[in-house]
Parts: sequence; C-alpha cells; structure tokens
Amino acid sequence: MDQTASQIQDNTSDDPTRPVELILGGNDFTTITETVSDIVLEKKTPKAWYIAIAVTASLTGMLFLMIGYLFITGVGVWGLNNPVSWGWAIVNFVFWVGIGHAGTLISAILFLLRQKWRTSINRFAEAMTIFAVICAGIFPGIHVGRVWVVYWLFPIPNYEAMWPNFRSPLLWDVFAVGTYATVSLLFWYTGMVPDLATLRDRAKGRLQQIIYGILAIGWRGSHRHWHRYEKAYLLLAGLATPLVLSVHSVVSFDFATAQLPGWHTTIFPPYFVAGAVFSGFAMVGTLLIPARKWFGLQDIITLHHLENMNKIILATGSMVGFAYATEFFIAWYGGNPNESFAFVNRAFGPYAWAYWTMVTCNVITPQLFWFKKIRVNLLAMWIMYIFVNIGMWFERFVITVSSLSRDFLPSSWAYFKPTTIDILTFVGSFGLFLTLVLLFIRFLPMIAMAEVKTVMTIADAHSGERRSVGDYHGDIPKTPEGGGDR
Amino acid sequence: MSAHNASGTVYGLLAEFDSPSLLFEAVTQCRDKGFKHWDVHTPFPVHGMDEAMGIRGSRLPFIVLAGGITGLILATLMQWWMNAVDYPFVISGKPLFGLPAAIPVMFELTILFSAFATFFGMWGLNGLPRLHHPLFSSRRFRRASQDRFFIVIEAQDPKFKLDETRDFLASLGGLAVEEVVDAADGAESVEG
Repeated sequence: MDQTASQIQDNTSDDPTRPVELILGGNDFTTITETVSDIVLEKKTPKAWYIAIAVTASLTGMLFLMIGYLFITGVGVWGLNNPVSWGWAIVNFVFWVGIGHAGTLISAILFLLRQKWRTSINRFAEAMTIFAVICAGIFPGIHVGRVWVVYWLFPIPNYEAMWPNFRSPLLWDVFAVGTYATVSLLFWYTGMVPDLATLRDRAKGRLQQIIYGILAIGWRGSHRHWHRYEKAYLLLAGLATPLVLSVHSVVSFDFATAQLPGWHTTIFPPYFVAGAVFSGFAMVGTLLIPARKWFGLQDIITLHHLENMNKIILATGSMVGFAYATEFFIAWYGGNPNESFAFVNRAFGPYAWAYWTMVTCNVITPQLFWFKKIRVNLLAMWIMYIFVNIGMWFERFVITVSSLSRDFLPSSWAYFKPTTIDILTFVGSFGLFLTLVLLFIRFLPMIAMAEVKTVMTIADAHSGERRSVGDYHGDIPKTPEGGGDR
Repeated sequence: MSAHNASGTVYGLLAEFDSPSLLFEAVTQCRDKGFKHWDVHTPFPVHGMDEAMGIRGSRLPFIVLAGGITGLILATLMQWWMNAVDYPFVISGKPLFGLPAAIPVMFELTILFSAFATFFGMWGLNGLPRLHHPLFSSRRFRRASQDRFFIVIEAQDPKFKLDETRDFLASLGGLAVEEVVDAADGAESVEG
C-alpha cells in the first residue's frame, strides 16, 4: 500500500488540506450499483433476516393486540391516574417523533449545507423518519379515549356541526405531524425514483420488473428531467428544513403552553429540536452499524460518515445538557416557588431515578465523543447510541410524568406506575418500527445510488479518469502512520 | 423529418459513453451543431450539464410559489371561517380569530401545499409517469440508470439525417452508436 493510498483510505482525518474520499474500496459507478442493488435483487436473503422479521412481526402483532384490548376496554388499562393523565402514550409519541428528525436533518439541512457525506446515509435515515413517524402517529390516535370519533381531530364536517379549536396546540400537532409525514414521504419517494429505475433495469424476474417498473414511473435519466428534478429536490429540502424545526417546536408547545411548572418555559422549542436530532442520530447509528456490516457496505458508509454523525451527536447532546442546566438556572433565578419546587422534585423527588438515568445517558455519555478514539470505534459508538436512545426516552418520561405527578395541590399528588399493557404496547411499537426497517432493507435500495455517484471523484466531468484509490475493506487502518491521528 | 428502416420508424440515434468527461465533450459539440430534439441520459445528474446542453431555467419555482400562497390563504380562511364564523368558539374571552394562534397551521399548510406543488409540478413538467418509451426497447440503454452515459438525437429533429447524424455521433469517441426503433407492430407502440 503506497503512501497516497493509505492517506486516502483513512478518511477520518481532520486535516482540511487533504481531500476526504467519501467512497472507499476502489468503487466505480458499476460496483456501487452492484453492491446496493444486489442486496435487493440478487443476493439470497440472509437467514438472520427471516429470524429477525419473525420476531419483529410477532411484536407488531402484540402491538395490535394491545391496541385492540385498549379499544374494547378503555384507557384505564394503562397506568394513568388522576394527576398523571398523560402517561406513556405521550412519552412514546414524543420519543418516536423526535427520532424521525435525524432523517430530515440529514436529507434536507445537510443537503442545503452541501454536506456531501450525507448521500451514503440519507436514504436509510429518511426511511427511518417515515417509520418513526408512523409509530409516533399511533399513540395520540389511540390515546384519545373515544377512538371512534378520532376524526374530530381533523377539520372534517361531523354530525355535531362542530369544528376543531384552532387555538389548541394539540390541533397544531395534527397539522405539524401530518404535514411532516406527508412531506417526508414525498421527499423520500422523489429521491428514490432514479434508484427504483436502476432496480427496474437490473431486475431479471418478470414480477420484479413490473413492480419496480411501476414504482420508477418511467424514469429514464434524461438530463432535461434531472434539471427539474434537482430543482425540485432543492425546493423540497428548502421546505423540509423549516418544517422539521417547526414539528418538534409544535410538539413542545403541547407542554410549553400549559400552565404546569416544569412545562411552562420558552426554552422548550429549541431544546426539543436539539433533543430530537440527538435521539434521531443515535437511532440511525444503532441500525446503520449492524446493517452496513451484514450487507457489506463498509466502503460506502465509511468511518468518516459515522464519525461525522458522532460529532453531530456530541453537538446536539451538549445543547441538550446545556438546556437542562438552563432550566434549573431559570427555576432558581426566576424566583417562582412552584417552578423551583418542580425542578428540585425532578432531581431529588420520587422520579430521581429516572432523572439521573436521563442525565447519565444524555449529558455524560455524549461527552465521550470528544475523544477521537471513541468516535471511530464501532463497538463504543454503538453502546453509546443505545445509551442515548434510553436517555432520550427517559427525558420525555421525566418531563411528562414528574411535572404532572406533583402539581400545585399536594393533596392530589400521585405516583405513576406503568402497567404491563403500557410496556407491551411500547415494545410492540419497536416491533412495528423494526419490521418496517427490515422490509425496507430487503425490498428497496437502502443507499441512494444516484446521489452517491455524484459525490465520487470520477463523477466530476473535469477530473479526467481519476478513480477513487484504495483496496481498503476493514474498519481498522492497517497502517497507523497513514495519518489517522491528529 | 422521419426516417424508416426495415423494422419500423426510427425514433432516434443513441450514442454511449463510459465517463462523464467524455460525455461532456460530446454534449458540447451536439449543442453547437444546433440540434433541438435531443437529450442526455445519465445515471446521476452530471454537474455543469445544464450549461453544456444549453438548458435554461424552469417554471417549477413559480408553481411552488403558487402552491404555497394557496396553502397560506386556505389555512387563514379555514381557521377564520370555522372558529369565528360557522361555529364561534368562545374560549377565555379570547378573540374569535387571532393571528398569533393561527400561525402554526398557516405555516404548516403553506409548506404542505408547496411540497405537493413541487412534487406534482416536477413530475408533470417532466411528463412522468410514462411507463412506455421507445428508448426502453434498447438493451444497451438499461445501463443509463447504472453506469453509462448516453446522448440521444431524435429523428424528429430538423437537422436529423440518419447516416450523417450517425457518422457525427460515431466521431464523438463514444463506445457505440445505436439506432433506436419505435416498435412498428402497433401493439407496443404508443405514439403510432
């Protein structure tokens, strides 16, 4: 291995004078196409996939059983009590909606910021967004109590001749999450059409040709089409960027517009958005690390990509930690006894265990990403992603439950305990999420092939025939002097 | 101007290239020849191709603007009419219609309608979905979505002359030049 090759192969270098090769392993357009589309078209489905989907589909079944039980019995099957009327359903809703945000950040905001590395992970992250929003949408839907009139959430004429109250943040939520789900789906599908055309053109079976043919809507890579397509992509990115910031802001209004101590704060919108991106990146990483290994995508989703994600987790995790500190400062500085009680109670009251779990996972864990050795260590980062996932669920639990369980009137205080139904419903939502992820990686192109091709050195029409250099397939640099350490 | 061969109407001529840089040279020459009905087919958008082909702006942003304005107006009227006119909601003595509380829904519907306008506008301007196209009859063309780059000059172009244009395309240094035939048997033909 010569010096140039090893320099380029360790693409986690932070030296700005050295070009970062985003795609490794000497890939060209042909091999990228083969690597990604063969997963869907050629390769035998791994046994592990069948085992995994059997488990996740069973969990999905359990989710629907739990929902059915809830429908015929009522919300009393959950651990809700008199002050804590918002329990796990809302916690899970905020948790899942937050996870979706990473996909839009990667697909839209990083696109506007010209972050080329996003192309390797954006398809996967966008798919995850849609599946997370599906899981999120279930919870408020089943939480309404009288599900048979759930359409009252929408401005649809009904027999009471009554319209929804547009001054309610819960109604804003319907519009924000609904718009978010729709726009994410349009964006995802638009991005996928050229890749579906690739699958159509490579498919050998008649059925595959027909299905991918219909999905590809006759895309033929015409540059006159690409011209408008790129414009549309830019416009969708420009629309999705303020949208994604608005969605979790609106979700935070559910809390912030209430009068309850611990909820009634102006810091909530930015704090929720940072937390959403933080949790979303952790979930993308949790799924991406096994997926890239199982499907041999290490040259496309390289350590450089994962390290960049870890840097975003570090940044957003620090924002979340800073927001926690600010909340406490304002609770003391604001001089409102109810507010300061709510925060002392949060940290030292009956939910202290949940609070300190949250702080450990969300504030302390991401700080380890200051160390490059941890940022580029697959096992270490995966463990940290799990911590962040747990911590961010607990954040929503702490906010929702600790404030409700001890409000203004001590005589009405009560401790919230989840029931088995609560737990099984939440576990079931993971089943649904993972089932959709598994179906996606089996039947759709999980890497945005056309977009990855645009960021390869050989895609530049003015670079001559220069190929991306290297034969590097592992994750551990073989030559440490190759320039990994700063 | 249409040309025929033994199997039917010639749709056009296809030239294949294996790298964006070769394609770029060739495209510039086609543009300078003054063809009108021609196109470039690539697996990904090649940077700088707009100028090389001489493609100018698109109407799409105006369609999106119109969509956004529609969404904004609709959201405003909907909230005002539903909460202040058709079924007045009196809550804590607040105004029946207040702009601050209406802004979230106005914002969301502006985005929603703009996104629909972008999506349907773009596919509409591109003439898609269109599942059949004469180019799909070429096996070689299947690599246009994978790893090869094509220039297609259509037979309906006023400057198209089968042999002359074929020689011109062959001179551009591509891998191959192919005659694309619009299926003549009628059964598969869309344009007749």
